[in-house]
Amino acid sequence: MDRIKAILSLRGIGKRFYGNRVLSDVSFDVAAGQILGLVGENGAGKSTLMKILFSMPEIHETGGYEGSILWNDREVRFKGPSDALEAGIGMVHQEFSLIPGFSTTENIFLNRESLHKSVMTDIFGSRIRALDRENMTKLSQRAIDKLGVPLDPGMLVKEMPVGHKQFTEIVREISRDKVKLIVLDEPTAVLTESEAEVLLSSLRLLAAEGIAIIFISHRLREVVELCDWVVVLRDGKKVEEFPARGSSVKTIASLMVGREVETQEQAETRVYAEGKEEPPALSVERLWVDMPGETVRDVTFSVKKGEIFGIGGLAGQGKLGIPNGIMGLAPAGGTVALHGKPMRLGSPRTPLELGMAFVSEDRRDVGLLLDEGIDWNITFSAMQVQNKFLKPILGGLFQWRSDGEMFDFANEYIRLLDIKCTGPRQRVGNLSGGNQQKVCLAKAFALRPDVLFVSEPTRGIDVGAKFIVLETLKKYNSEYGTTIVIISSELEELRSVCRRIAVVYEGRIEGILPHTAPLSEFGILMAGAKDEGPKDESLEENLRNESLRNESLKNESPAAAVGRSER
Amino acid sequence: MKRLRLFFIENAVVILFVILISIAIPASGLPGKFLLQEILTRLGRSSFLVIALLLPIMAGMGLNFGMVLGAMAGQIGLIFVMDWKIVGIPGLLLAMLISLPISILLGWLCGSIMNRAKGREMVTGFILGFFMNGVYMMFALYAMGSLIPVMNPELLLSRGYGIRNVVDLASVRQTLETFIPLKVAGLNIPVLSYLFIAAVSAFIVWFRKTKFGQDMRAVGQNRAVAGAAGIAVDRTRIIAVIISTVLAGFGQIIFLQNLGTINTTNSHEQIGLFSIATLLIGGASVTEASICNALIGVILFHLLFLVAPMAGKNLIGSAMLGEYFRQFVSYGVIALALVLYEWKRVAQDENSRARLRGGRTDVP
Amino acid sequence: MGHIKRFAADFGLPRMIIAVYLLGLFLMAPMTGVSFSGALSDVFTRIGMNGILVLALVPMIQSGCGLNFGLSLGVIAGLLGATVSIEMGYVGVWGFVFAILASQAFGAIFGFGYGVLLNRVKGGEMMIATYVGFSSVMIMSIAWLALPFKSPVMIWGYGGEGLRTTISVEGFWRHILNDFLSFQLAGHKFPTGAILFFLLVSLVIWAFFHLKIGTAMTAVGSNPIYARASGIDINKMRIISVVISTMLGAMGIIVYQQSFGFIQLYDGPLYMAFPAVAAILIGGAGVNKASLTNVFLGVVLYQGILTMTPLIFNAVLKLDMSDVIRIIVSNGMILYALTRKTKVLK
Repeated sequence: MDRIKAILSLRGIGKRFYGNRVLSDVSFDVAAGQILGLVGENGAGKSTLMKILFSMPEIHETGGYEGSILWNDREVRFKGPSDALEAGIGMVHQEFSLIPGFSTTENIFLNRESLHKSVMTDIFGSRIRALDRENMTKLSQRAIDKLGVPLDPGMLVKEMPVGHKQFTEIVREISRDKVKLIVLDEPTAVLTESEAEVLLSSLRLLAAEGIAIIFISHRLREVVELCDWVVVLRDGKKVEEFPARGSSVKTIASLMVGREVETQEQAETRVYAEGKEEPPALSVERLWVDMPGETVRDVTFSVKKGEIFGIGGLAGQGKLGIPNGIMGLAPAGGTVALHGKPMRLGSPRTPLELGMAFVSEDRRDVGLLLDEGIDWNITFSAMQVQNKFLKPILGGLFQWRSDGEMFDFANEYIRLLDIKCTGPRQRVGNLSGGNQQKVCLAKAFALRPDVLFVSEPTRGIDVGAKFIVLETLKKYNSEYGTTIVIISSELEELRSVCRRIAVVYEGRIEGILPHTAPLSEFGILMAGAKDEGPKDESLEENLRNESLRNESLKNESPAAAVGRSER
Repeated sequence: MKRLRLFFIENAVVILFVILISIAIPASGLPGKFLLQEILTRLGRSSFLVIALLLPIMAGMGLNFGMVLGAMAGQIGLIFVMDWKIVGIPGLLLAMLISLPISILLGWLCGSIMNRAKGREMVTGFILGFFMNGVYMMFALYAMGSLIPVMNPELLLSRGYGIRNVVDLASVRQTLETFIPLKVAGLNIPVLSYLFIAAVSAFIVWFRKTKFGQDMRAVGQNRAVAGAAGIAVDRTRIIAVIISTVLAGFGQIIFLQNLGTINTTNSHEQIGLFSIATLLIGGASVTEASICNALIGVILFHLLFLVAPMAGKNLIGSAMLGEYFRQFVSYGVIALALVLYEWKRVAQDENSRARLRGGRTDVP
Repeated sequence: MGHIKRFAADFGLPRMIIAVYLLGLFLMAPMTGVSFSGALSDVFTRIGMNGILVLALVPMIQSGCGLNFGLSLGVIAGLLGATVSIEMGYVGVWGFVFAILASQAFGAIFGFGYGVLLNRVKGGEMMIATYVGFSSVMIMSIAWLALPFKSPVMIWGYGGEGLRTTISVEGFWRHILNDFLSFQLAGHKFPTGAILFFLLVSLVIWAFFHLKIGTAMTAVGSNPIYARASGIDINKMRIISVVISTMLGAMGIIVYQQSFGFIQLYDGPLYMAFPAVAAILIGGAGVNKASLTNVFLGVVLYQGILTMTPLIFNAVLKLDMSDVIRIIVSNGMILYALTRKTKVLK
């Protein structure tokens, strides 16, 4: 596709957060009337890029960005989101920024209400003017018609179906006179299929009117269908940009997750269960979990005793819901059996007492007592569940806390895991992310678990800590034969530690692959695209060749054979 | 049928009090005409104060327990007017004028402090009321007559400084009620008081229609969204409290001129409690209140006020019992409103959670 | 230098002002001719009187229920215990012990109901506690009128109805603790028994927080989600903390009465919670964290100010501003804690 004149050009955009590079040298153009699909895995840099475009305060506060933004051929440095709005760039956020008790019209014109004239204005400023509701309704109806959606200008937002809220947000953006570019962040994630259809066609309508659109989505099928142009980001870099027509979901998916890495660390890893025919330690059947943003709908899998099992998938697809549901932190149903014995779901105490442990992805809220010392954090669960670190007094009438034992135990793990601190009594809130994560691990180890769930073990921690955390998990597995389930967004990490990796998509297991399967296979499962989208013959062939080569090299059964039957 | 049920649920508090009062009135044996006259008087006396509570509720700050600050400002205004011996309507207007800057200052202080304690405005306002009471007492009992000159020795304690415990408001007493005399069917109608209330009601109605009012509603419903839309959240909240404080100051002046005396150290103390309880009895909640709620509340609360002691005496033989019962009702209705508010909040959180999780139809 | 700065920041300006103010008062005492030992004896008497009431706040703060403005519920339980004991005609030690035992039973029952309610209004505890406390006081006022007590010490002689507003415990258990092992300190009585009793109850609470259950309670206050993930029943822990707090409140008011000499009914308990709350906050507690150090420091500072202020002001300025200063200091302290991010002084 020939690029017509761009209204927005990004030139060599880069960004560091506290020394971590999150974006480097990203450049692309958007033209009027063009719909640009921006895709990439979580952490690929999409949202940072948009924050830079809107000049959000957190960007300034962390030292600004590199490169330049050209808006209508002129370089711009917005001072804040309101500047961007003023220039004609609108943003529709993932979470609804609507006021529930206000009507569609009131929300559309929030803080931009049309006002009656009043003599008092001169004295008290314009906020004293009365609203011109008639005019507002007229204008909002006009904007609604422009988008072509069935919205009622007078309806209260709290009474709307979810899809209409999304429409309201979009109408709010296009109702600004000057709007030239709209950014939509995952607009279809909360919509039903038919609502998504309506939205897509109204976006086409907008584009036809000359408005440029940046469409961020994990639903690659929609990207292929809707967009004119696709930009793929990975690890903060632009990997490719190409016209959407003629591409396929699979192409995009494999670009998103990256190319095959030649040498695999996995070869050196020794997994406890390797080669043994172990009975399943954990079997999960038809699990559903009601966790906000990570709904699990119907998940079935089993993990062998002593295995390190991986669960991957994009954010919001439900992979995090699985451990939270099993460990009783979110309402759940279905069957979970530990060593063949079914377990009651719903209370965190049950799995803990049965010898399961969980290192949560949410360190600050679930994982730690930030105001207490390292010793308390590490020993608390073991004390409460297994009565460790307690001394019976008065003939066992009371259980006295043994501060000394706790102190020694904490000291031991500080040494083992190389936790950098001033001592076992240091407040955990003062530790760095990596050291906090080590404390979380030590807490789980203190329980001497039989089955250990570790959720996002390396999120937000530095490289050195990452290495120690993963190594410790492997060591623990091979020394004690602990069954470990790692849930992570980082596929490479899973592939370096686990033998089998389940990929979750829309609350279901899309497939289970061996770690040796080619990345493109993972990409396809992650995008939920294993049997949809137009065929892209040449790429398909490439993939096939690649997996054949893998097969001959590693002499192992390839790809999907393991997994998909389990659905 | 369903709408009828909804009506009963939504107006449960009002209905409960109507039932309670319809039992208590006959039991009290008080004549109807007496009650009617009292209610007409008390509507004029108290409504203004209750209406002063409306704006902070709209701004999502809950029941403004900090309104006692305004009441203090009003009392200071009246004390000065008494000292300067300005009588009648001009005296009242001057008292209001004096209270105005004090109220604005106190309202600004109260709003700023509440902005530092978002999410617990009510308890903060409540304690702030106690705290400022200490400052007020310092002012009234120690500064007046020593640091601040007081010409009228009748106002001062015998020790030569500090305001007496009771200040007689004879020179302005009930001037609002008698300024425009009107008798309907043998009942005195305090016309000018009602005009004041009509004026403040009109102000509230108009204010709601302005951009200011719209911003306030937006801030009240969701601070984050309002802030993201560019509304100055903190400023809007402070303005809501300032207006409330100013109105409370005026309200206290109207209230006291009707009673005819100021109890220097504690006239203002119970005002917050009574006004808030009144509004809630009128069917308001922590998040929603209207002028209607205020007026209904005044009628119901004061009917109870009037008949409870007599009813208690006649039914159980103890007037104190009725008095305690009335106090229990004041405190209890506030506790109830707060509990209902928290329950609703919890339910709403649950609800929004449910919405986030999307369709669950295919879940076994 | 940085150390001192951090300590100052942790300690907080208001606390610093209060400590300096109190120190100033004590330094001025000799100059103004106020009897130092008398003042000291007074301070200790008040510490013995009020200590347990302040201590009663600790469990609920620790479990994350916030400042117990509903302490009046515990006070009511204490009043019931005391009046029942007098009605039964028990005197001396046994009367006192019975009063406490009975009050503990009432406290447990009230505390349980109160705890269940607070569990349903998480996040809004403080304001609701205040008004639940207030309305309970009024309900009890009705009850004091109606309850069939017979003891002539307690009911109005004639013409009145129900119980008296203040009931003397003279002849029952007045000063039963204060006089225990008491000795003369430069001509003034030192309330040994009351202080010992306060220390004893503090020791029990200290021990409680070293048990498995106390540890769990602390974790619930520190981070309820963490505690839940570790298998703790949060609601149960919170109810237990409310029950203990209410029972301590009941015990505290009886200790208060034996020193004060009177039982104050009706409106008496209405504002009982506020001085206690102010004291523990002055001692350095936060809305979510309190230790015994906070209790001791707080009760000493607060009662010190309350005792010394009128003495010195009367002597120097011939002016009794103690009431005003008490109001400003205690409510200012609460206000300060409410508007501050929850941070703890250890």
